[in-house]
This record gives sequence, C-alpha cells and structure tokens, in this order.
Amino acid sequence: MTSFTDSAATALDLITSLDPNLMAIVARSLWVSAWATLLACVLGLVLGALLGVGRFAGRNAVLAVLNTFLAVPSVVVGLVVYLLLSRTGPLGYLGWLFSFKAMVFAQTILVLPVVTALTRQVVEDAEGLHGEQLQSLGAPSLLRSLLLAWDERYALLTVVLAAFGRAISEVGAVMIVGGNIDGFTRVMTTAIALETSKGDLPLALGLGMVLLLVVLLLNLLVASLRRWREGEEGAQGAVAPLEVGV
Amino acid sequence: MKPVFQLQQVNVRFGKGARALHALRDINLHIAAGERVALIGANGCGKSTLLRVLHGLLLPSSGQLQRDDSRGHAMVFQRPYLMRMSAQNNVALGLWLRGTSWTKAKREAEAALHRVGLAEHAPRPAHKLSGGQQQRVALARAWAMQPGVLMLDEPTSSLDPHAKREVEALIQQFAAADPDMTLAFASHNLGQVKRLATRVVYLEQGRILADLPVQEFFGSQVLQKHYPQAHAFVKGELV
Repeated sequence: MTSFTDSAATALDLITSLDPNLMAIVARSLWVSAWATLLACVLGLVLGALLGVGRFAGRNAVLAVLNTFLAVPSVVVGLVVYLLLSRTGPLGYLGWLFSFKAMVFAQTILVLPVVTALTRQVVEDAEGLHGEQLQSLGAPSLLRSLLLAWDERYALLTVVLAAFGRAISEVGAVMIVGGNIDGFTRVMTTAIALETSKGDLPLALGLGMVLLLVVLLLNLLVASLRRWREGEEGAQGAVAPLEVGV
Repeated sequence: MKPVFQLQQVNVRFGKGARALHALRDINLHIAAGERVALIGANGCGKSTLLRVLHGLLLPSSGQLQRDDSRGHAMVFQRPYLMRMSAQNNVALGLWLRGTSWTKAKREAEAALHRVGLAEHAPRPAHKLSGGQQQRVALARAWAMQPGVLMLDEPTSSLDPHAKREVEALIQQFAAADPDMTLAFASHNLGQVKRLATRVVYLEQGRILADLPVQEFFGSQVLQKHYPQAHAFVKGELV
C-alpha cells in the first residue's frame, strides 16, 4: 500500500511538474489517436452513411463482416498491419514499420469498423423514420445518406468521441507496429506496460492517471453533448395526441 | 379532364409467402386533373399505402399505374420531417433537390413562408417551431414546388384544433389558388373531407368499397343502400 501511495504521489508530482518525458508521451498518444480517428471518420462516416441507406445484394453479409470487425482484438489488427508493413509485406515498400505512421495506420484500421458500424446504425434509423420524406422531395439514395448523416451530426459526434476513446486506450496494435521506441513511438499505453514490467511504477501510474483523465474528459464531453442534444430535442414543437374530429 | 392517375388492378404486398401483408387489392382508380380526392377508412385500410403508390414512393406488386408527371408532385406527411436547419433552409432544400439553385431556392422559400404566415420565423431552427408551424413549413415546402398534384397524408391528425384549422385553411387557400392542382389526401376527419374534397374514396382492408362525389357520399341515401360498410364507418365516425 505504501508503495502504491508513494508511487501515486510521485506520479502526481510528474503530472503537476509537467515532466517533459511524460508530456512527450501524452502528446504523442493524443496525436496518433487524433490522426487515426480523423482518417477513420473521413472514411467511416461516409461508408456508414451509404450502408445505412443503400440496399444492395450482399448487404447483410457486409454488415455481418463489419459487426465482426467491431470485436477484433487490437493485437490481431497489429499483427495484420505488421504483416502488411513488414519488409516482405505488400506495403513494405512504404518503410512505415515502427514509425508514427504505422501506429496511425493500425489505429485507423482498428477504429474504422467502429465509426462505420455506429454511423450505419444512426443513419439507418434516421432513414427508417425520415428517408421516405426526403425521397418524396426528390433526394436519391446517395444524397439522402449524406443529408441524413448531416442531420444526425450530433449523434455522430458521439461516434467520433467513442472512436477516439477506443484508439487512445488500445495497446496491442501500437505495441506491435510501433515497437514502443523511446522518444519515437512510445505512447501512453505501451509506456504503462513497459514501465510496469520494469518496476518504474510512478511513471506508469502517472501515465495511467493521464489516460484515465483523457477518457474521463471524453466521457464528460459525450455526456454534455447528449444532454445538450436532449435539450434541443425537448425544445421541439409539441405534438398533440391523435385527434379525430368532424 | 386529363387523367393524372390511372390505376388498373393494382396490388401491393409487403413481404413474401404466407406472412405477406396484402396492403392494396385490385385497385382501380382514375383521378382527373383538378379533382380533390379524399381517401378515408379505418386505420390500416390502405389509405397511406395508396398515397405512396400515387406519389411513386411504392411500386405496385402487380397491376398497371399510369401517372402524368408533366407537373410535379409533392407530398405532405402526418409528421413532417424538417432537418436541423432554419425553416427557410428546409423549404429551400425541397427546391434545391428539384434542381433550383440554392440562391434562388432561398428567395422562393422566403416567399413561400410568407404565404403560410411564417415569414418572421424563416431564420428560426425548424425543429423549435410548434407542431402546427412545422406542418405549415412542410406545406410551404410543398407549395414552393408548385406541384400539379399535392398529396397529404393525414396532415392535421397530430395537431391541436387551432393548428388544424390553420393548416386546413392553407390547404383550401392553395387549392383555390390553383384550380388545376389535383389534391389527394387521407383523412380520418370527415368534416375536413366535406370541406376539402370533391370526391370520396372509401377503403377497407386494401380494397376500394365506395368511390362517390362528396355530396352523394354524405348527403344522400346512396351510401346506406349500396355501400353498407362505408355507411357504417361514416356513422361510427360521426358518433
């Protein structure tokens, strides 16, 4: 217990003194996950919106695969990206292995299904409720999917935050493709794993606290967004119950 | 009069096999330009499905449908879908989707909102308007398209009596302004049917059981003598 409290105190010192080593790791983590989320969102929001509205042969199979990818462990994604980027792999010529780009690539692959699947669900629900009216205005399915995604932008913002949360908290993929190189590819989660195994608990705990803080901030952001949205929805014009009159 | 819709033996089924729902059965209907047709019947009788077929949102499972598309069609739903943008942009969106430039669409949207008495609400977020105002925005959106055929799916059934009167007055105003405009609407409100329609089509379990001019439907013994089910429905509604 003493070791825990001592470690916690030292960890807090590291955080409050803005320890350069700790800050560099935190900044790198945020940067990698922000890029991965951005790239996954550019693709995933559009793909999800199209899947939400589009009806085509094999759609159910696509959705089954997509939902399966939601549960893929990050180490498996890391392994696949490692094989792709390794010298003999199809993308080996890029020379990205053990680099910032490799980590972004791996996390993008990891969160892309999350963004796509959740966006698909949001847009499909909106299509069920409102698609017919947009269709009656003359919106073809491609345009309809984009309009519905735009209209559900607040719900999709939650999707973006969820994707960022998934990216920043994973350890397997970045460990494998980044290599956890000090000052280069070391991020919060890989550093926690390493420092714990080395016995440097204060740094591990400090990073853990920052990670928790980031996740907490994300949750607060999601909760405030939800509350704000509910407030907006609540302000909608009240609709009286069904009346039958003469 | 030139036919706007001609339906012959139209059937609509949802699903397949034994669990299929036969929503419309052998519908034969001829609607001429300028007619004001009310579709009435109990819930689930096929009124909304028929409107969707007329509007082109649903394809018949069998039968023939001929539609005059020389003038545009517009439809207003029971609960209008307005996007999270201003009332003016919602009206402009309808025009933009039909090929009008955004600048021109915004201008025309302003005029349309003025016409439905919502000019001062044009910049307000549409979803913050009351139910009646939202329905008026939907009517403005439909009207701005200057449709040859206006379809209304129970446009006032979710509104309070005051909003209902406002919306109904607007529909009457639109109809009076364009005598060539065809109006097809579904309603449970028989008073509204009397006020707006020139012809009444009664549906039951997906079939048309009566199709009469409004005066004959409500004002003579024809219904009682020849269409007992429609008569029972009207009596029930009037109780």
